[in-house]
Amino acid sequence: MTEPALRVEDLRTHFHARQGIVKAVEDVSFSVAPGKILGLVGESGSGKSVTGFSIIGLVDPPGRVVAGRILLGGRNLLGLAPEEMRRIRGNRIAMIFQDPMMTLNPVLRIDTQMIEAVQAHADVGRATARERARNALARVGIASPDERLLAYPHQFSGGMRQRVAIAIALLNKPELIIADEPTTALDVTIQGQILFEMQKLARESGTALIWITHDLSVIAGLADEISVMYAGRIVEQGSVDQVLDAPLHPYTQGLIASVPSRNRRGEPLQQIPGMTPSLLDPAPGCAFRERCARADSTCADDPPMSSPVAGRQVRCFHPLTA
Amino acid sequence: MQREQTPLRRIAADFARSKLALAGLGMLALILLVALFAPLVSPQNPYDLAQLDVLDARLPPGSRSESGLTFWLGSDGQGRDILSGIFYGLRISLTVGVASTLCAVIIGLAVGLAAAYFGGRTDGVIMRLVDIQLSFPSILIALVLLALLGQGIGKTIFALIMVQWAYYARTVRGTALIERKKAYIEAAICLALPPARIVFRHLLPNCLPPLFVIATVQVAAAIALEATLSYLGIGVPITEPSLGLLIKNGFDYMLSGKYWISFFPGVALLLTIVSINLVADQLRDVLNPRLQK
Amino acid sequence: MAAFIIRRLLQSVLVLGFMSLLVFVGVYAIGNPVDILISPQADQADMARAIAALGLDQPLWQQYLIFLKQALSGDLGRSFAYSIPAIQLILERIPATLELALTATGIAVLLGIPLGLWAGLAPDSWPGKLIMTGSILGFSLPTFWVGLMLIMLFAVELGWLPSGGRGPTTELFGIPVSFLSWEGIRHLILPAVNLALFKLALIIRLARAGTREALLQDYVKFARAKGLSEARVVCVHVAKNIMIPIVTVIGLEFGSVIAFAVVTESIFAWPGMGKLLIDSINVLDRPVIVAYLMVIVSLFILINLAVDIIYSLLDPRVRIGEAKT
Repeated sequence: MTEPALRVEDLRTHFHARQGIVKAVEDVSFSVAPGKILGLVGESGSGKSVTGFSIIGLVDPPGRVVAGRILLGGRNLLGLAPEEMRRIRGNRIAMIFQDPMMTLNPVLRIDTQMIEAVQAHADVGRATARERARNALARVGIASPDERLLAYPHQFSGGMRQRVAIAIALLNKPELIIADEPTTALDVTIQGQILFEMQKLARESGTALIWITHDLSVIAGLADEISVMYAGRIVEQGSVDQVLDAPLHPYTQGLIASVPSRNRRGEPLQQIPGMTPSLLDPAPGCAFRERCARADSTCADDPPMSSPVAGRQVRCFHPLTA
Repeated sequence: MQREQTPLRRIAADFARSKLALAGLGMLALILLVALFAPLVSPQNPYDLAQLDVLDARLPPGSRSESGLTFWLGSDGQGRDILSGIFYGLRISLTVGVASTLCAVIIGLAVGLAAAYFGGRTDGVIMRLVDIQLSFPSILIALVLLALLGQGIGKTIFALIMVQWAYYARTVRGTALIERKKAYIEAAICLALPPARIVFRHLLPNCLPPLFVIATVQVAAAIALEATLSYLGIGVPITEPSLGLLIKNGFDYMLSGKYWISFFPGVALLLTIVSINLVADQLRDVLNPRLQK
Repeated sequence: MAAFIIRRLLQSVLVLGFMSLLVFVGVYAIGNPVDILISPQADQADMARAIAALGLDQPLWQQYLIFLKQALSGDLGRSFAYSIPAIQLILERIPATLELALTATGIAVLLGIPLGLWAGLAPDSWPGKLIMTGSILGFSLPTFWVGLMLIMLFAVELGWLPSGGRGPTTELFGIPVSFLSWEGIRHLILPAVNLALFKLALIIRLARAGTREALLQDYVKFARAKGLSEARVVCVHVAKNIMIPIVTVIGLEFGSVIAFAVVTESIFAWPGMGKLLIDSINVLDRPVIVAYLMVIVSLFILINLAVDIIYSLLDPRVRIGEAKT
């Protein structure tokens, strides 16, 4: 086993709102190896994005990482001084956001936004920084990058802007890229191209990639490992093939059943009954039990993470084994 | 369900949530009472020349006059009690501010509703006029009008009406246009209700809350503008001095260190404007449903 | 870009024409132009000559054409009080007013943007709240009242600064200015601060609101995710975005600074065109009032034009949009 690029241990991120404490991320642990892609899957509000922002140290107030360890190459990022954390952001860990229309500053030229990202971490001149920016644009498949550097974001389409954002993420050759639903806002064809390129880039450069999404079909073709989040906790993790072929957690099964598929044409799509529970001062016990057909009185206790099948983990008293 | 709440009671309860706004309301009430009953509460009638004595002129605060009256806030160049002058001056300042705002609101309502109701060319012409007027600062418009018309309380009120009406017209038109597009107005039009009924029963009541809020702020602005104009010597006449004119009258003395002749009317003006603004701020929060938490 | 400027210029000419009509109606049609334009001291013969010269015996539309023709050739009547062309009198006073207005705007910008940024970055801290309270006061206090307090404190009580007047001026390219000598600056400080206060309050509010909004945007979070220093995020990413509304407002409000200079100039006896206006009103020197009006309307139109052009230079989205159409 190689040393993981990133290991997250027992991460807890809470939001101290006026109405109480929102436990957005509870006891989350996972790791990603260099060159591998981890799919972090969950519904909106399951805590997957907050997990991403916790890693890069940009949780918006009133949110705060209250416990856990985030080990990047063996070094804990929690407790680093703000300046030390800044030197890691955009350098060793990069992030790509969901909406490409909003991530680039509308009043700054592309070259400004790329050169500053280089110069924030490397003591190089403008010309060198510009050359790196140019190469990064070329690498993500943007034609005539020299010209494009002089453009403003509004002169680009959504897909092009996301490529620019990816180019910015690649600028400093990070060990880890966190991609927060980067293709959700794009057309399906563009989405396919970007997925393909990201996968290639990760493999070639040995960058670990965390792909946050609610879309299982994206994960199926892209990721190596998958972690399914529900109500702030990871409920199941394992390799993509195993989890998608034979889910252990009833929630994962529900998620898979609700994806339209060609093999089941004509059958009614299934949906998970009920709604996501509120994360504000949650009651103890399995968060999914209200919506779960297998739930019984034991589920009123917090289910521990167990490993009924080798190499896989599930947080359920009644996993779907055999 | 709670006990039935009238809208007015709800507004009062929401209003009382801010201590600062309550203090402002208390202050404003006191100022209004003093202005209303100025002849009763003033130690002296400042415009009865028989009561004035030149020997009492420019006495510092707390001095006693020849006739044994105490000038709590001092006396002015004619031996007039500053406190009494302020009480009477408040009357004029408030009258001009409130009267001009009221008239401007009524004109703005009529014009704005007409623009929204008739639409098309009427709307175009009216709003063009409003836009042009609003592109000039209010003080400039007031200055020009008074320059052409001359001094006088009536003329000052007229100038302040001309300055303000366009704001209200624009606000009312905006609100009315939004309301007009709503289903209940369409229904009323489909039912062929008479236009007057649609305008007065349906459009008008919905335009009132935002108008009320703006008007409260504008009373303070009108009072400040009147004071400025009177200070410049082109507002109210010397025979009926408002706070602004009182301040002007004391300006020259101030340079020689006799601060009280200008300073205390200035404090009265400040308190009036600040208390109105405090009340208006809270009213805006209370009456704006979008801001309610 | 050229087409855009030409179109805006044409619009400006239209507005100017319209405003000249309004001024004409205000002066000629509402009041008795004989009273307004001819000195009260004139005798019968003078008056008859003046009436003929001004064309007051002609129909109204012809009078307007005469007025327009004379206005275009720079003739807006002679001042009764100074016996020189009114327009010349105004033009002589413009540098003083412009110097005051520009200094005030400079103060408002240089203080307002950093204070507004600060209040926007830390809205719940006590400096943030203090800045906001100050800006609310700056909004509601009448300019002349603040001016009086400034005089009382700094001129009368402390004696640090002069209470009024412009003091000595220095020639710069043939224009008399105050800011080149220490004594001139001493005279400039109080009136400029007084005139700046209202705009300062406005800019603080705009900058604060803009900052708070920008901080919520993804591009700020993305800038942080790139590992930029907080200084660069605030001074480049946030500041550049809030500059667009602020520059627009500074430009649009420059006209109102000149208008409010009337009050400040009167308080501090600053010899600009605003003080000239008040003096002229007090002695019923109406040609000067008319001239002031036409000059200020032209200034307003020029300012609006300049703002549009600067705005299009600042915001790439507007610039490109204009180029396409």
